[in-house]
Amino acid sequence: MRLQLSPELQAFREEMRTFFTTQVPQEIREKVAAHRHVSKEEYVQAQRALNAAGLAVPHWPVEWGGRDWTPLQRHIWREEMQLAGVPEPLAFNTSMIGPVIAAFGNQEQKERFLAKTANLDIWWCQGFSEPDAGSDLASLRTTAVRDGDDWVVNGQKTWTTLGQHADWIFCLVRTDPTAEKKQRGISMLVFPMDTPGVTLRPIELIDGGREVNEVFFEDVRVPAENLIGEENRGWDYAKFLLGNERVGIARVGATKKMLAQAKEYAREITVDGRPLLEDPFMARRIAEVENELVALELTALRVVANSADGKPHPASSVLKLKGSELQQAATELLVDIAGPLSVASFAEEGSDVPDWARVATPHYLNYRKVSIYGGSNEVQRTIIAGTILGL
Amino acid sequence: MDFTFDSEQNDLREAVRGLLERTYSDSEARRKVAANDPGFDEKTWSRLAEMGLLGLPFAEEHGGMGAGPIEVAIVAEEIGRVIAPEPFIEAVVLAGGLIAAVGTDEQKAQLLSVIAEGTSVPAFAHAEIGTRWSPSASAVTATQAGDGWTLTGVKEPVPTGARADVLVVSAMVDGGTGLFVVQGDAAGLTRTGYRTHDGTRAANVRFDGTPATLLGTGGDQTAAIERALTEARIAYSHEAIGAMDTALRITAEYLKTRKQFGVTLNKFQALTFRAADMYVSLELARSTALWASMVQDAGGDVRSAADRTRLQTSRAGRHVGKEAIQLHGGIGVTAEYSVGHYTSRLTAIDHLLGDGDFAAARLARTVADRPTVDPLGAPYAV
Repeated sequence: MRLQLSPELQAFREEMRTFFTTQVPQEIREKVAAHRHVSKEEYVQAQRALNAAGLAVPHWPVEWGGRDWTPLQRHIWREEMQLAGVPEPLAFNTSMIGPVIAAFGNQEQKERFLAKTANLDIWWCQGFSEPDAGSDLASLRTTAVRDGDDWVVNGQKTWTTLGQHADWIFCLVRTDPTAEKKQRGISMLVFPMDTPGVTLRPIELIDGGREVNEVFFEDVRVPAENLIGEENRGWDYAKFLLGNERVGIARVGATKKMLAQAKEYAREITVDGRPLLEDPFMARRIAEVENELVALELTALRVVANSADGKPHPASSVLKLKGSELQQAATELLVDIAGPLSVASFAEEGSDVPDWARVATPHYLNYRKVSIYGGSNEVQRTIIAGTILGL
Repeated sequence: MDFTFDSEQNDLREAVRGLLERTYSDSEARRKVAANDPGFDEKTWSRLAEMGLLGLPFAEEHGGMGAGPIEVAIVAEEIGRVIAPEPFIEAVVLAGGLIAAVGTDEQKAQLLSVIAEGTSVPAFAHAEIGTRWSPSASAVTATQAGDGWTLTGVKEPVPTGARADVLVVSAMVDGGTGLFVVQGDAAGLTRTGYRTHDGTRAANVRFDGTPATLLGTGGDQTAAIERALTEARIAYSHEAIGAMDTALRITAEYLKTRKQFGVTLNKFQALTFRAADMYVSLELARSTALWASMVQDAGGDVRSAADRTRLQTSRAGRHVGKEAIQLHGGIGVTAEYSVGHYTSRLTAIDHLLGDGDFAAARLARTVADRPTVDPLGAPYAV
């Protein structure tokens, strides 16, 4: 047992911190920190800056741009990125379809997609969830029927995040409706979003934003070469990919940044002439959230430091569950610090309400999603009860 | 950064676990020991001494092992795992720790080796009625009398205060709080022992012009007391982790075997989800306890680290303890069944040296000091 990072890791952390705070445009980082809308161009610009420095896909195979880092190095990379307000490399590209193609795609697919995926030359979106298949993903009904050299796709996907920016979609489709288990008979297809028969409809969320979409497929013809891996093995790839999705999902760095903001704003707001931060109840509330965050960060460090042999650490299931709760607690704190100012969400010119207070409530409402996506917290509890406690 | 135990530490864990599991193979064994004074098993105490555990943190020249906080943490967790009533933290970490920290060379030579040998069981008489968890003393006053001192006043509750052969006593002196050594057979010393709710023992300790020896060379010892309390708080957090771990394991086992409405309880999602939340609480608390011991080992801001683990462990201990009983149903509150004893002990640990609210209030006072907390950096890693 040893607390300090090794000198090498300390140097690594410094290197990451310096790069992120100096080489990614400050106006983009400030937007992320302020929870303001980041444009597609800005996402692309940030990811290309990372990719040029070899920092966009460190967890990929070295042959395709990976860095062969330890899990702890990856953890530090991610935390520092979040603390610096750098938009994280698009998860659909770097954590999902990229690793799947690298692991299960054929050589031609790897050469065709991987470099462009790392550089965000292709913006991918995910076609997994359906109206009747959310957490119960295996119930999906979108079909793909072989017709000559093509697959013909029909059905509907939903919750397609940032699909409005996407160039390509990776989709789970039912290719064998007769399979005995519903997990069998599912395949993974990729195709451009401008393929005839693909229609996208934005879904407005309670924060006023449009980040998710419904996607409809009507006789969409997809060339057979766009099947990833083997026919009817899509469920295995989805499980592989969703496993990657949970990496870094604790988002400690991002929550830490929010708490730092909470302290800053609570200093500016006064109650009876004293800074809100000096109100014992508020100070204690921040201290309690902060302490849980320390506990979560330490748990994440336990998990990454002890997962080098490839086996997931049992406590890893805690990360998504508690990580989402603490992200939500931090957004709630910000709304409460804003107090009456928090209702001025859509004020524009002519309002004196500070920017942070305007975005506080939309952000809080938007963050209701984090305990739902990536396997809802109820799914996480099922996993803990079943696989760890044997219940 | 490394959260894994080395092979010697693993061996230590195995050895302690082996001994304690033999002694407390079931809750009935612990109940029997707890039923009779002094509330722990003297034979087990001797065996702990034979293994070198009672001198674990003391210097080798004083009969100790010269081990660090990680080793203390390992022993404390194993004690918690079977809620062994032996006063390891009270005698070795707290009373022994104070002697090691402030005693003169002569006092250390005299008092520590006998603790390590298991022949002396000291107690720290510090708590006073109505002052909660203050590091200073006000209800007992020390008066200089010739070459020595006398003490007057009352300390209560003093854990293992009746069995102890030596008392380390905090008392008010000019300009602060001093530390004194009082022999168990001293004149003017009255001790009334009683059972505590968790099956251990505490006492009312009354000093009436009781002769005492100054521990160390005098002056205000508030900082040393605070430091000893801090280290004991971390050790108690580990004991609580061990207790929570067992309480959760027993509960999970019960859910798998107990039938109601024709099925085992683990068929009810409402129950399994609550067990999952217990696991989350336990693992987050475990992370902070391990970390706090590493901060202590590394010489960082141990007081704040102790507050962090106390807050997390207090909240977790209450959560796990209460849920363990609730998920059992009525049997959980019976004395014949073990799980309630775990909850009782967790409740005692929470209140002996400072609970979660106490720690949270202290952390709240420093919350504005820095924008973010980096558990791997300053002020924790120096």
